[in-house]
Amino acid sequence: MDTATRLDLYRTMMLIRTYEEAILREYHADKKPVFDIGAGAIPGEMHLSAGQEPVAAGVCAHLTSSDAVTATHRPHHFAIAHGVDMHRMTAEIFGRVDGLGKGRGGHMHLFDPDVHFSCSGIIAEGYPPALGQAMAFQRRGTDAVAVAVTGEGAANQGAFHESLNLAALWKLPVVFVIEDNEWGISVPRSASTCVTSNADRAAGYGIPGTRVEDNSVEAVHHAASEAVARARAGDGPSLLEVHTLRLWGHFEGDPQAYRHDLDGVPGRDPLPTYEQKLRDEGLLDEAAVKSVAADASERVEDAITFARRSPLPDPKEARDLVFA
Amino acid sequence: MSLTGAADASHASASTTTRKLSTSKAMVEAVAAEMERDRDVFVMGEDVGAYGGIFSSTTGLLDRFGPQRVVDTPISESAFIGAAIGAAVEGMRPIAELMFVDFFGVCMDQIYNHMAKIHYESGGNVRVPMVLTTAVGGGYSDGAQHSQCLWGTFAHLPGMKVVAPSNPADAKGLMTSAIRDDNPVVYMFHKGIMGLPWMAKNPRSVGPVPEEDHEVPIGKAAIARPGTDVTIATLSLSVHHALDVADELAGDDIDCEVVDLRSLVPLDTDTILESVGRTGRLLVVDEDYRSFGVSGEIIARVAEHDPGMLSAPPVRVAVPDVPIPYARGLEDAVLPTSERIRTAVFGVMGR
Ligand SMILES: Cc1ncc(C[n+]2csc(CCOP(=O)(O)OP(=O)(O)O)c2C)c(N)n1
Repeated sequence: MDTATRLDLYRTMMLIRTYEEAILREYHADKKPVFDIGAGAIPGEMHLSAGQEPVAAGVCAHLTSSDAVTATHRPHHFAIAHGVDMHRMTAEIFGRVDGLGKGRGGHMHLFDPDVHFSCSGIIAEGYPPALGQAMAFQRRGTDAVAVAVTGEGAANQGAFHESLNLAALWKLPVVFVIEDNEWGISVPRSASTCVTSNADRAAGYGIPGTRVEDNSVEAVHHAASEAVARARAGDGPSLLEVHTLRLWGHFEGDPQAYRHDLDGVPGRDPLPTYEQKLRDEGLLDEAAVKSVAADASERVEDAITFARRSPLPDPKEARDLVFA
Repeated sequence: MSLTGAADASHASASTTTRKLSTSKAMVEAVAAEMERDRDVFVMGEDVGAYGGIFSSTTGLLDRFGPQRVVDTPISESAFIGAAIGAAVEGMRPIAELMFVDFFGVCMDQIYNHMAKIHYESGGNVRVPMVLTTAVGGGYSDGAQHSQCLWGTFAHLPGMKVVAPSNPADAKGLMTSAIRDDNPVVYMFHKGIMGLPWMAKNPRSVGPVPEEDHEVPIGKAAIARPGTDVTIATLSLSVHHALDVADELAGDDIDCEVVDLRSLVPLDTDTILESVGRTGRLLVVDEDYRSFGVSGEIIARVAEHDPGMLSAPPVRVAVPDVPIPYARGLEDAVLPTSERIRTAVFGVMGR
């Protein structure tokens, strides 16, 4: 892999992490001393993606703004990697008029039609719409592809299996991505899933299935390049599972009392791991790391300033926008 | 006249011991007691084990009863809710939990075509004694897929009982009755009354609960506050908003009667009619969508009985037919807040 690509992957991962850390800070800032989920400038549930950056960075590196991504309740990393407008996404998370959904949606409901991005809070329900986007691309004769993302917990949902069958049957240009962070809230993978790799399930639908075991962005990048190329060439869908890491709680405020793997978590953080690798190979030095971090921070803080300055929606307009 | 569960509890205190519990603890207490009493009762759902339910509806049950009777499931709702139906058909008494009512879309067929119809289709030969528990309601900016009530949808579809407690004593009593009932019962608890430490809570989400066996009959509404001027018929969290408004308006010389429906199926039409018969005015407060739902049904029952009972046109405060918005100010504008209830009371009183 060439150096420019490797540094791009690192930059994307850094941007995502910087974003999630900033949202973490903003989310909790006005929920102290007592945590109240409904309080503050960012109320409601908040599912952050720290630790899962390699999946989004590695997959989206192969996409353009003509390709579609359907994400989950944990959508920020894919939104950022796919080029969703960060200002308007942040304004949506803050519930402001300049948000992607004018404050109607919130963090689980980010829609950016300019880059064909959407997400849903209902488990596995982002898979079926990706098929339709792929159908539209196919029928219009473009080579665009649709990437459908879920967690490993979602791979036990009916919509997941129906979608694999339909996409395979109709040879749709879809890449199914499963982020296996080992936990569906408090339920470990071992208690939810009858196979050790969801990639094995691809065989049941006659499509290629790959599992990337080590949360390495380069391995994801490599596996995704094959899956995306196959879809673009009209050869149909593939499934890619990545064994990744949920660095933080399922949602903010999750005490994680159920989690027995926490001691090992810091050592598995993919960002310092990748940074070290690039340093060891002489591709990054202290100054370069600082400059990547500073760039990321500037972009993120800009977006947060934009969001905070955007007006709150007018309650008198609460009933608008139900229909076109 | 029936009394609220809370009033029941304090009234009965001569013979009954009560202590203050949160709604979630009261629910768990009922489930645990029934599990002790009946080996056929078991719990399954997502995060009901080690987590104890996202809204603390199963806290401690895993430690007490073990993983055979408190079962964490995959995110496969059609499969595990359908499995609960099958187990119930074989005479067990499962309690199946699905975290948010908003998620029922993925498994609705098992619920409305199977759970709810088997008894009828079998000519009464097959019973489905199960409880389906789920959290409902908004008010904390969780957006359009995590804030709905949807009880009107379940009540609309024949074959399942639908209960929605408003306070800890009723939560225990209705849960006990639901588990013992030979029919499928959908038990809908509002997050805002569970008494969760991480969510702003209504002060009445902690209240006196009888220590011993406590049943609240399904289908019996309660007069949460007697009054003479206007009947406010409502359920779940909205009962508390209605009570708050009633307390305030007493100062304005408006005497509100608050009827806590407690169950939608069966609906206690008699209590509603008696109340409206006394007050002559009806306001229905419902956190579900406005059209084709609970508020229209209650007004229709009064009108069908005798439209002459009403000295003013009935009024409803519900979610105008719009998905629940995320932003705080927008959500407040569509939920049945105390402010909207107060305005509606003045309206029905002609002030
Ligand atoms: C149909 C449905 N069932 C249950 C839920 C509640 N829920 C939200 S996230 C989650 C766990 C999802 O696990 P996974 O798919 O592995 O994604 P992760 O959260 O680990 O990213 C559950 C059960 C839901 N949102 N939708």
